[in-house]
Amino acid sequence: MANFLEGFYQPFQLLLGGDPQLAAIVLLSLRVSGIALAISAVIGIPLGALLGLTRFYGRPLVVALVYTGMAFPPVVIGLFVYLLLSRSGPLGALALGWIPRLFTPEAMILAQVIIALPLVAGFTLAAVQGVDPALRLQIQALGASRWQTAGAILEEARVGVVAAVVAGFGGILSEVGAVMLVGGNIAGQTRVLTTAIVLETNKGNFALALALGGVLLGIAFAANLLILRLEGRSWHS
Amino acid sequence: MSDLYTLQGVTVRYGAHTVLAVDKLAIRRGEILSVVGPSGAGKSTLLRLLNFLQPPTSGAIHFDGIPFSADRAATLEMRRRVTTVFQRPVLLRRSVEANITYGLRLRGQRGEAAALHATLASVGLAELAQQPARTLSSGEAQRVALARALVLRPEALLLDEPTANLDPYNVGLIEQNIARLNQEQQTTIVLVTHNLHQARRLAHRVLLLLDGHPVETAATQTFFECPHDPRTAAFVRGDMVY
Repeated sequence: MANFLEGFYQPFQLLLGGDPQLAAIVLLSLRVSGIALAISAVIGIPLGALLGLTRFYGRPLVVALVYTGMAFPPVVIGLFVYLLLSRSGPLGALALGWIPRLFTPEAMILAQVIIALPLVAGFTLAAVQGVDPALRLQIQALGASRWQTAGAILEEARVGVVAAVVAGFGGILSEVGAVMLVGGNIAGQTRVLTTAIVLETNKGNFALALALGGVLLGIAFAANLLILRLEGRSWHS
Repeated sequence: MSDLYTLQGVTVRYGAHTVLAVDKLAIRRGEILSVVGPSGAGKSTLLRLLNFLQPPTSGAIHFDGIPFSADRAATLEMRRRVTTVFQRPVLLRRSVEANITYGLRLRGQRGEAAALHATLASVGLAELAQQPARTLSSGEAQRVALARALVLRPEALLLDEPTANLDPYNVGLIEQNIARLNQEQQTTIVLVTHNLHQARRLAHRVLLLLDGHPVETAATQTFFECPHDPRTAAFVRGDMVY
């Protein structure tokens, strides 16, 4: 009970105390998940829109792959990326400068992109398909080009598209298995909030682990508020 | 009166099923042509062809002498000279005014404030310009859809049962606007309707479609009072079971 109660006020103590280690962990978490989310959104939103708006040979297979990716366990993705990037793996063996090395933030970003991309694409696809089909015909009848039609449908589906981005962010910010495998939880280098929570729990520092959990929740809440705010500005102004 | 549209040997088929087969049809510039017929007769399909929203399976459609082809840029250019108001108004999640100016913005135009206000006033929506469009009643929404088409000043306005399920006040307002548009701007109007009284009130000519085939096209008075085809007579009398 004491640990539990301590966990409620310790996040504030940690944040207000300006602990440099915690600051580094928080910043790395934000950097890794932020970049991974940006990459996933840039690829996933157009991909979801494409799958929702067009019909082409092999589309059902691509859709099935995206939906399967949404349900893929992150730890398995971590294992997959680990094997890809390890020295004897197909990518690691190439030893090219642009290929991320294991136990670096870049490797963690790659794993998180693979986790978030199907979420963003899949929810965008569902949002686009949820738009009234008659709207497309109406927009075209008003003289919209193909790109204008796609833009208008995406705009109509904006609530779902924002939900897709939020889902992607939630999926990677709270994820632990993949980043632990490919990042290694190295202090000062690849330790993020989720891996720090696991470490402190294993060490028996439950109050600190709970406090870190509180910080993680706070970041998730603030980030989602920011995403929703940005959505409001960009679409309604 | 010259022809704005000409259709020759046009068919639309889905698999083995032919939904429209028009051997020959000309729509004159500046006329109101009403298309009547039972449900499933191919009326809406005809409108989609006239708005260049789908290509025919076979045959040729000319608009102002220009053939409707597979060329995407040319099709878009032709599509922007006409527009359709559908039976169910589909409005964007925006204000009434933003919905009305939407078609203009697609063309890179803004529209003059006075002209927009006049259009809004003509359909009785001047007070609702800033209201979210999706909060409107069905009658108001259909008037927004009509205003959205009117501001584009199309050469041809295609109306797919624009007053179905509306109250008499909204029907009257929409009919007034259709008639005024045709009289003042000589806009060609193709009006698909189930309401034969409406066709009689508004149209210069009436076309009866049955099972995708044109049965008779005649001046409104002739169509209703002394049709040439017995099927037209039966349809007008309401004897046709469908």
